[in-house]
Amino acid sequence: MTLLDIVLFLPLVAFIVILALPKTLSRTLALATSMGIFIVSLGLLAPFLGKPTSAVSFETNLIWIQSPAIRYHISLDGLGLWLLLLSTMLTPLCVLISWNYITDRVKEYYAFLLLLEFGVIGVFVSMDLFLFYVFWEVTLVPMYFLIGIWGHDRRIYATVKFFLYTMAGSVLMLAAILYLYSRAGTFDYPMILQLLSSGRLQLTAAEQLPLFLAFFIAFAIKVPLFPLHTWLPDAHVEAPTAGSVMLASVMLKMGTYGIVRFCLPMFGNAAHQCAPVIIALAIIGIIYGALVALVQPNMKKLVAYSSVSHLGFVVLGIFTFTQQGMDGAVYQMLNHGISTGALFMLVGFLYERNHSLEIKSYGGVANVAPVLSVIFMVTTLASIGLPVLNNFVGEFLVLQGAAIVSWKYAALAGLGVIFSACYMLWLYQRAFFGEAGEGVRHHITDINKRELLAIAPLVILMVWMGTGTSLFLKPITAVNAQILEQSKINVEYQVKAPPAPSAEPAPATTAAVVEVARAR
Amino acid sequence: MLVNFTPPSASEYIRVLPEILLTVGGTILMIAEGLAGERHRRGLAPMALAFLLLALGGAVVAGMDPGPAFNNMLTVDGYATFFRLLVLIVGILSVLISGSYLTRENADSADYYALILFSLCGQSILASANELIMVFIGLEISSIATYVLAGFLRNDKRNNEAAIKYFLLGSFATAFLLYGVGWIYGVTGTTNLQEIHRFLTSSESVYSPLLVSACAAMMFVGFAFKVSAAPFQGWAPDVYQGAPAPVSAFMTAAPKAAAFAVFLRVYSIAFSGLTERWQPILWVSAMATMVIGNFAALRQDNIKRMLAYSSVAHAGYVMVAVVAHSEAGVAAAMFYLASYAFMNLGAFAIVTHYVGKGERYVGIDDMAGYARQQPLIAALFTWFLLSLIGVPLTGGFFGKFYVFKSAIDSNLIWLTVLGLLNSAVAAYYYLRIIVVMYFHEPTNETGAAGPVPAGVRLALIGSAIGVFVLGVMPSAVLEFANRSAMLSR
Repeated sequence: MTLLDIVLFLPLVAFIVILALPKTLSRTLALATSMGIFIVSLGLLAPFLGKPTSAVSFETNLIWIQSPAIRYHISLDGLGLWLLLLSTMLTPLCVLISWNYITDRVKEYYAFLLLLEFGVIGVFVSMDLFLFYVFWEVTLVPMYFLIGIWGHDRRIYATVKFFLYTMAGSVLMLAAILYLYSRAGTFDYPMILQLLSSGRLQLTAAEQLPLFLAFFIAFAIKVPLFPLHTWLPDAHVEAPTAGSVMLASVMLKMGTYGIVRFCLPMFGNAAHQCAPVIIALAIIGIIYGALVALVQPNMKKLVAYSSVSHLGFVVLGIFTFTQQGMDGAVYQMLNHGISTGALFMLVGFLYERNHSLEIKSYGGVANVAPVLSVIFMVTTLASIGLPVLNNFVGEFLVLQGAAIVSWKYAALAGLGVIFSACYMLWLYQRAFFGEAGEGVRHHITDINKRELLAIAPLVILMVWMGTGTSLFLKPITAVNAQILEQSKINVEYQVKAPPAPSAEPAPATTAAVVEVARAR
Repeated sequence: MLVNFTPPSASEYIRVLPEILLTVGGTILMIAEGLAGERHRRGLAPMALAFLLLALGGAVVAGMDPGPAFNNMLTVDGYATFFRLLVLIVGILSVLISGSYLTRENADSADYYALILFSLCGQSILASANELIMVFIGLEISSIATYVLAGFLRNDKRNNEAAIKYFLLGSFATAFLLYGVGWIYGVTGTTNLQEIHRFLTSSESVYSPLLVSACAAMMFVGFAFKVSAAPFQGWAPDVYQGAPAPVSAFMTAAPKAAAFAVFLRVYSIAFSGLTERWQPILWVSAMATMVIGNFAALRQDNIKRMLAYSSVAHAGYVMVAVVAHSEAGVAAAMFYLASYAFMNLGAFAIVTHYVGKGERYVGIDDMAGYARQQPLIAALFTWFLLSLIGVPLTGGFFGKFYVFKSAIDSNLIWLTVLGLLNSAVAAYYYLRIIVVMYFHEPTNETGAAGPVPAGVRLALIGSAIGVFVLGVMPSAVLEFANRSAMLSR
């Protein structure tokens, strides 16, 4: 049993313990266990510090079900590492921000929060396609209840929509996983990659494209990529604050993580083939999300649409197939997790005080709550990509990657950065500056210690990740380089194995196509 | 053949031990009621349970010494044992949930339990039938008992409607089956499945493939009716809705499983040479069954009727495994039926309790806020519903997984994709119940049925454990299914 097994199963144990003990203890228990899990999970950093390596650590590979062989195969590499730590860090913070807000069915609430943590950790460490699918679906259930029970007015509509969208996407992925099994004879992901790279498993173009799409659509719904994003604003607006934070910071990353982890290495050809369309959709998402955010009267909805825009950057970065773009994309996943998570928390703080999400019921908050306003300002600046803060690094790398492919992509995506400054600063101006109205003066108090404790780690990380980039980026770069290599192997192999077995492949063509692939 | 008749040996009697025990048990129950009189009715359910447990033991004993019985009319192999155990477990769970229901409806009587036992006896025969006449006999024993059960509350209009509908349509469908059996005897000169297979695949036999296909088609009508596969599913919603709730629970699990058992056996043995003829028809039927079941269930407000349509949809998933026509498909169907039996009985157990006296509370909205009053029961219901949706770590998920895996292995890619999309549609109507239980506030009517009686509790816990075991540690059951799926031709 490795440390990773412990980190994975502790939330499940905590879930059971919380359910078993009386509800007066639930809150404290949830905080204690989730803090404990976070501290334990920091131990996972050990193998990754200092040396940039694409090697996996903490591997456990056991048989779960004999036939067909389904393995409990988990391991951690630089790609999963930070996302896992993000999840374990956010869970105690989510407990903190729910401390007084949740008064109804307390026990179930914290139990579901821990169950959610179990699911997302599982997603980031699974190395068996079947196991991955199991965790992928398991995350649905707690989130469904978190939104459905503790959400706002239209919560039922939002949560059912969330569940059905995700479910519809993931059943297609299940079909693709089953098909891969029938071709490869295993669900074990590293094994499948090995079969693919050694050429013992060859997926023809006609097979790759549908398989790629089945996986990609499941992930794209989760991301969400335009035009599959419509569930997101509903879910975010209706979810309780902690639900929004987990949804934005962690669950959306499951989609982009899946694309990087599975779609690129397994279906390199199809990914390259679809890249122009996907890039176009990503750019539309960036601009559309930003423009829609601009006109939102509701703060939470504004942040939700800004997520659509930010995640567009991530997808754009991935499909540039450049080291910079990929690094930026993965870095941006973390950045978005931190800055948008923080934004949702801050909006939640305001909501708890004034019971309104409408921007127009605020104004002049800076006069009555200076500390809260400063933190909001820092977060806003981080979110719009001010240098020295975290988002700048990610967006810069993504734009650099995009520029390598085509200056047009970079220019269009750059528009999104400008728009993001518009909507965020305008929001800040309307909510925090000006004369404090009656409602604001009566209800808004400055941030309290508990809230400060919850948001402080995120603010520190915004600065740290903006200045100490290399520490965070090193493990990611190594893995990305490997994934890029794997997605290229497939491109070459399709050329090496033409459908006609008798004729020798024309060398000129081979070289040309490989050249094209390299250039892309 | 009478000419070389040899008296059956002792081991052959042991192979039909469950049938013997069930018949004797049913008869004793009826006599006991007459002898003991009105006052001892409370003892009937435990007595029936005792007989069922005996029969369960009998099925295990019979399964330990596999082989043919009575001139190869029955064959007790792993496959038969699997289904015998399955229907008997369903029987036990059904009896557990029936006691309090019958008391509430003033319908306590030994007939009810005796009929369940007789019906199970028919299903047990079906599970082991190796010959078309036995198939017919088993089907009739099972069906006639269920016809009566469907109308058990004599004074209830809907009960009567259900029984009449089921009886008339059921007899008609069985007649088709019998007609098919007659024709196939005419063509092949035998009713034994292996011999039919040998005749149809031998190069020396002379027969008209069209005629044999017609036989297969007629038998399909009979079987499709019994498993409620499209286009012969029309009776199912009305009957499952109209019948007493515990009987619906029983009917959607046991007779259906047994009918699938014999369906699979006949088609994979006798008609395995004609695959390319029946596979497309079954493909369409499977697809239609899933679509009709799921889309009709979307629009139901009556919880029983919704579960009835859901039962049709689940029959469609099993049909996918039948279409796959492979050992993996047979094993997948076996696994699916087992997990379906548990999750469905669990769901129906709650409905049985919840509907209250006279089945008043059958609307989905009647369950508003149920989670506040009975958190544990609501949580269990959620667990069964998640399994019906097919969320991982439940038996329902592995069932779907194995079914669609067998379909992919048989290259049925479109059926798999469409079937899986169907299961996403299904999520909507199951979620509705969860929504109502958890996200709505309780009304005055909520929980009018009061605390949950012990029998129902026991059945719920049993089903929940079944769903859990099949969802987390499916290996043992799957191994058993895989080993038994090799049907000797």
